[in-house]
Amino acid sequence: MLKIDGITRRFGDVTALDDVSLEIGQGEFFALLGPSGCGKTTLLRIIAGFETPDGGTVTLDGEDLLGRQPNRRPISLMFQSYALFPHMTVAKNVAYGLERERLPRQEIRKRVGEVLETVGLSAHGDRKPAQLSGGQRQRVALARSIVKRPRLLLLDEPLSALDKKVRADMQLELKRLQHEVGITFVVVTHDQEEAMSLADRIAVFEHGRVRQVDEPVALYERPRTPFVADFVGANNLFEGTAGPETLLTEDFGPLSGTPLDGLEEGAKALLGVRPEKIRLREAETPDGLGGTVLDVSFYGGVSHISVDVPGHVRPVLVAVQGASGVQPGAEVKLHWEAPDAVIIPGAR
Amino acid sequence: MRRSRLLHVPFWFTYFFLYAPIVVLVMMSFNSGKSAYTYEGFSLKWYGVLAQDKKVMEGLVNTLVVAVGSTVIATVLGTLLAVGLARYTRSKTLDAFALMPAVLPDLVLAIGLLVFYGLVQFTLGLYSVILAHGVFAMAFVAAVVRTRLAGADTSLEEASRDLGAGPVTTFVKVTLPQLAPGIVAGALLAFTLSLDEFVIAFFTIGNLEQTLPIVIYSMIRFGVTPEINALGTILLLVSFTAVIVGQRLTKIGESRAQD
Repeated sequence: MLKIDGITRRFGDVTALDDVSLEIGQGEFFALLGPSGCGKTTLLRIIAGFETPDGGTVTLDGEDLLGRQPNRRPISLMFQSYALFPHMTVAKNVAYGLERERLPRQEIRKRVGEVLETVGLSAHGDRKPAQLSGGQRQRVALARSIVKRPRLLLLDEPLSALDKKVRADMQLELKRLQHEVGITFVVVTHDQEEAMSLADRIAVFEHGRVRQVDEPVALYERPRTPFVADFVGANNLFEGTAGPETLLTEDFGPLSGTPLDGLEEGAKALLGVRPEKIRLREAETPDGLGGTVLDVSFYGGVSHISVDVPGHVRPVLVAVQGASGVQPGAEVKLHWEAPDAVIIPGAR
Repeated sequence: MRRSRLLHVPFWFTYFFLYAPIVVLVMMSFNSGKSAYTYEGFSLKWYGVLAQDKKVMEGLVNTLVVAVGSTVIATVLGTLLAVGLARYTRSKTLDAFALMPAVLPDLVLAIGLLVFYGLVQFTLGLYSVILAHGVFAMAFVAAVVRTRLAGADTSLEEASRDLGAGPVTTFVKVTLPQLAPGIVAGALLAFTLSLDEFVIAFFTIGNLEQTLPIVIYSMIRFGVTPEINALGTILLLVSFTAVIVGQRLTKIGESRAQD
């Protein structure tokens, strides 16, 4: 549906986007994920029409988008700041886009009423944006964007301005709405948890390049580059060279894991193992990685245990269900199954 | 903590120097005698004399015509200038040029305009003063509106474009309401600047007409009479009202913009 091909954008010496190509399907909930300054917002602004790329094409259902003014694109952008018009009421804000289409007044009123109902703000139509809470403002921004029935809705960091409780509610709400209205959503976020919980597919950006495009589970379990392995979720990374079903390290000997397809033996590689995949064992166990418990943090549902492994720079993070019996200072062995660890090409 | 009482002396002295003449001016306008310097009793007769004075009345009308005309020009052009400078260019030179009339000595501007009008053979009169005051005050309006524009959120304009509005609709429906308090403040500034401007008006008005400041100047050459005091008092009242109304409007505009 949306096809981005070879988009490049430079600001002076800085290359914000470097030959980015993506394809997003009809009805998909797609996330652009990356740290700040990785170019994801620039890409969003190019799709919306507020930036012009130096090279590449963007087409929507085969039609060229780049030649059109922002007001002539069948796309809505929900701004990070929401950008509600402060001098208009909620209803006026929502009606703004429909009034530009010169629809009959009756129909405008009907559609505004419907969409306010959808976002649960029917009673607030006469209020000014300043009289609303953060979550309510976001609903208005959302209503204003979807009332035009765009083919594509772009959302720039939609939840970043909300506090934690409201954010969780809005996440569910966004998913429900996307399901209900059937519009393709493209969301920009730096929060990997948000991206994973919301999106059908995620593109991970680093320095203006797309590092990996995958479904959340695949992205988490089978990262393809060191950056993705480190950025998406908590991870423990070990350096070495690739061997058969193992990573050969200088400090810890062979570590078991599953190499990605096409990884050649002897190449520089990283082994990544998620905290929840690691088991703690008695220090007397023959195999496994030996270390000393540094700290135990209890979070309710899970406990995080950091273990100092001599020769490894960062403490190894282990997550266990519920409370943990180990005490700081205890000697332990770390163990994991080969299928639970992934060996990826590259070095840190 | 006690501060030195000594510092109160220059404070009160300065304020006395500033406001005592104004108080005297107002008081003497109600003088029943002929002198502007000795008070002889309360009377409103000088206001009556003023109302009968054809020259003053003509000057007042002229001044109002010039002030209104030049305010309209200055407000429209100054607002467009501010928006253009802030949104469509990054040139610092253009910026400096635009605000130049505000810092240029009035005398230079006045002589320049006089020479220019002569060059293009423009008949001098109220129109030439309106144009002159218009460009002069435009710089002030642009400066005031720019300050307001600097604090405005550009994503509002982008949101408007995104929702299907063209550049003109966006300007009218979104940008202007954001700028309204700044525009009102700028317009009032332009109005009061023109109201008592002497140098530029004196150079560019020609021989046939006179604005109020020029009328007063020519009256004063034959000595100050209580009639001039009465005129000063009225002017004081008008500019006070303008400032208070302006502040009121700006406040309403701001609270509306925040709502």
